[in-house]
Amino acid sequence: MKIIVCIKQVPDTTEVKINKETNTLIREGVASVINPFDLYAIEEGLRLREAHGGTVTVLSMGPMQVIDSLREALSMGADEAVLLSDRAFAGADTLATAYTLSKGIEKIGSYDLIICGKQAIDGDTAQVGPELAEMLEIPHVTYVRRIHEIAGGQITVERMTEEGSEKIRFPLPGLITVVKEINEPRLPSIKGKMRAKKAEIPVWSAGDLGTDPEKTGLKGSPTWVTKVFTPEQKGGGEIFEGEVGEQVAKLVRMLRETKIV
Amino acid sequence: MSIRVIEDKCIGCRLCVKVCPLGAITVVDKKARIDLDKCDLCGACVTACEKFQAIEIIREKEAAGDLDSYQGVWVFAEQKEGMVAGVTLELLGEGRKLADQLGTTLSTVLLGSGMDQAAQELIAHGADRVYLADSPQLADFLEDPYAEVLTELCREHKPAILLMGATTIGRSLAPKLAARLRTGLTADCTGLAIDGETKNLLQTRPAFGGNLMATIICPNHRPQMATVRPRVFPPAKRDENRTGEVVRLDYSARQLLQRAELLEVLKEAGTTINLAEANIIVAGGRGLCDQKNFALIQELADLLGGAVGASRAVVDAGWIPYAHQVGQTGKTVCPKIYIACGIHGAVQHLVGMQSSELIIAINKNPEAPIFKVADYGIVGDVLEVIPALIKEIKKARGEA
Repeated sequence: MKIIVCIKQVPDTTEVKINKETNTLIREGVASVINPFDLYAIEEGLRLREAHGGTVTVLSMGPMQVIDSLREALSMGADEAVLLSDRAFAGADTLATAYTLSKGIEKIGSYDLIICGKQAIDGDTAQVGPELAEMLEIPHVTYVRRIHEIAGGQITVERMTEEGSEKIRFPLPGLITVVKEINEPRLPSIKGKMRAKKAEIPVWSAGDLGTDPEKTGLKGSPTWVTKVFTPEQKGGGEIFEGEVGEQVAKLVRMLRETKIV
Repeated sequence: MSIRVIEDKCIGCRLCVKVCPLGAITVVDKKARIDLDKCDLCGACVTACEKFQAIEIIREKEAAGDLDSYQGVWVFAEQKEGMVAGVTLELLGEGRKLADQLGTTLSTVLLGSGMDQAAQELIAHGADRVYLADSPQLADFLEDPYAEVLTELCREHKPAILLMGATTIGRSLAPKLAARLRTGLTADCTGLAIDGETKNLLQTRPAFGGNLMATIICPNHRPQMATVRPRVFPPAKRDENRTGEVVRLDYSARQLLQRAELLEVLKEAGTTINLAEANIIVAGGRGLCDQKNFALIQELADLLGGAVGASRAVVDAGWIPYAHQVGQTGKTVCPKIYIACGIHGAVQHLVGMQSSELIIAINKNPEAPIFKVADYGIVGDVLEVIPALIKEIKKARGEA
């Protein structure tokens, strides 16, 4: 079974600090990590390989520093990694990103399953996976929390919904996006780290992929950010005083005013 | 497109450095320098440099194509088992405003089986027209057949704006459709408006976990597509005297593409887990000390008619299923009231709930970050406070 896992490098939010004066994020010196949801995607790929044989290829698009994240994926046990990196890809929205990844996947060649994390924690769009599937003309299922079976060229998965879940079967090749519940990602092994350190990671440019310059990067992005601003900050809240009984009484009085109790 | 610093005007004041969410600007020799590898042209620095006007974004005018032939505001009407989703009624209210501002019509697209009654409801809630695709093949949502019908309708009728709920269905269907129509899509919007000059849809959404807001436009492609977060807008008012047109589309004789097969729908028994649609969420964290104490959270939630949420810590500890997890790797929620019980308030939790209308925090530790986002706080042991709260609410109701 040939599996491709798409990952994104994001700023580590456990380290993100807010500049109190300007209420903006301080990004300086903030480490970059693999998007947390993508770790579940990598893990699921590795588990499928262990169960069904085959290979796991990890793919990402971004600046050269993304190589570090790809090495981390290799140290977890992925077989190969590929980076798509070019000035022409910079500033891409989800559509342009999905297009560029689709060209990377076409160059990788044949595959059975593409796995993506549910969404990236910096953008929270959850759009690249489904857009990528559409560009490759393969079926997709989002928010997968369990793979039940892969047999006879079909995969059966469980999709998390608002009320519970849905069991869905679809033919491969296909794409799934996964949620945290699906597994517990492993830590890189020492052996894996040694192997990852030495691994050659190919970097493919726009020229290598033969991408259409009208469809990549800023130029290929239909959406533009026109304004970024800090949301209105809530005024400091009120901490009730007194014994537990008094505090609770105050809270309930307040709740009654809002007609909820 | 590119961005540049006009060096004659730049005084090296570093205002732009401070506002750049991507850390792309440095000041070298008292002049700002923008690292184009990091910059995504968000424009925050341009706004910050209003006084000196030393940074400009140069946008190439694209051939605008045939944008004027796209007219009308569309809302995708989401349904499950024949019931129209709450977010659809909210979108009808907001879509009505946008359509009136543009002087155009508001249409909805309803896909399902036996949906005539629902179509009338959509008209009563503000739709001028309902495109009703009725076929047993469309009874349950699946990406392929739904995308096929919507693609055809969009190509034929050319809406200027297409809105969907940012639900499980919307966030799977919208990107598939956007990729097929090769247009822009903005995820999980919390604000929509029309630019008075250009008539573009201004789509505002939280970025970086809600610490910043971004306004996004899709100036050269149509339809302008957005998914919109449930519960942000009030539902449209119902007026049964409203009239509208139902355009029936017969797909019964045609085989739609359907690669996936829905085998089973499993509903989580007992608890309400639809956190996205909940008015009230009572969430528990490690302060509850033990799994068995989680019953208190359930009891309070039941009493208030709310849903149960949880912090990552207690989900990871196996006290409650993942479906209840609020926060970065769980769900983003914005109920009217969020009661955080024994939740410390790590930044990953806060980004998932800080846009709730009213936040009440109960925690032993007065320094817990949860109090920073709370409107009301009680400093105390949740195991003491919640039973007291339950008693007090029951008492208040008894008196009322």
